[in-house]
Amino acid sequence: MKKKGGKELPAISTSSLPDVIYMILFFFMVSTSMRDQELLVRYKLPEATEVQKLEKKSLVSYIHVGVPTPAMQAKYGTAPKIQLNDSYKTTKDILDFIAAERDQLNESDRASMTICLKADGNTKMGIIADVKQELRRANALKISYASSKVLSY
Amino acid sequence: MPSNKRKVPEVNSSSQADIAFSLLIFFLVATTMNVDTGIVRVLPPMPDPNVKQEDIKVKERNLFLVFVAGSGAIMAQGEIINLRNLKDKAKEFILNKYDEENLPEKKPTDITMPDGSTWVYPVSEGVISLQNTRDTGYQVYIMVQNELTRAFSEVRDEVAMAKFGHKLADLEEAQRQVIIKAVPLKISEAEPRKIGK
Repeated sequence: MKKKGGKELPAISTSSLPDVIYMILFFFMVSTSMRDQELLVRYKLPEATEVQKLEKKSLVSYIHVGVPTPAMQAKYGTAPKIQLNDSYKTTKDILDFIAAERDQLNESDRASMTICLKADGNTKMGIIADVKQELRRANALKISYASSKVLSY
Repeated sequence: MPSNKRKVPEVNSSSQADIAFSLLIFFLVATTMNVDTGIVRVLPPMPDPNVKQEDIKVKERNLFLVFVAGSGAIMAQGEIINLRNLKDKAKEFILNKYDEENLPEKKPTDITMPDGSTWVYPVSEGVISLQNTRDTGYQVYIMVQNELTRAFSEVRDEVAMAKFGHKLADLEEAQRQVIIKAVPLKISEAEPRKIGK
């Protein structure tokens, strides 16, 4: 015996699909932060086990050191470059960069400003040492050598 | 009543999913997820050029010299050493368990405990000096920094275990400050050495 109308399968209700998507959306909104600058250098961070997380992103300024991206290599070559904000700079510009970054902070936060030095693992220490000397001159002494966490070598 | 029988037509919500999707895709593209991690250091302040610098004399026994050459070889206390042995060697230097002659001096220091009492702990006078050349690779440098940090954090864990019965990470903030005072992180990062000049 057959029931009448039992042949057609009822359509799956999609009314809860937006709710699911919203849930994923909120997850991403909470757990991510806005991408703030376009990277002009390519780097692979060195690896370390004893790393600390950088708290309070608003207090962190970034200095990128690495090989220019393939699109820029025609113009700038493959020697490691320093990137501050959105352009290539030299070590002489670090002083102004730090001053500008410091001005953006509250007076009470200035002491805890941290510089995150993101440099490629294959960079030579020469350029890093120059950056460090400039940072000392700019009196920005808290730095963090960005490295990715590994459990062991 | 006739008005009760007529239903208000529902707003079609089938496109809500599309709106949510486009928002989701915007956030996927425009945001980053990575948390920045790194080895945290405090650089020494630049010396005042108007003040004449006196060389700070550090006794030889209080100095642990680590030199990273351009080839990636690591020299500690005058001998070439494997990266894997560096941590233990540095730990031995920081702790100086048996008060040996050639390892750093200790200075008994009063440390105020969170409950107000004082704790006298022989704080090591040792300084680890990290030197490198301009052509040392950054990766090797970070690995050495990492090993030295590990040596210090293991020593701190041991002291914390002996004093409070917990590892450093499990202590309260005030107790942690006590341990940090007892085992200060003394790593001096000198400017790179010029070789062959």
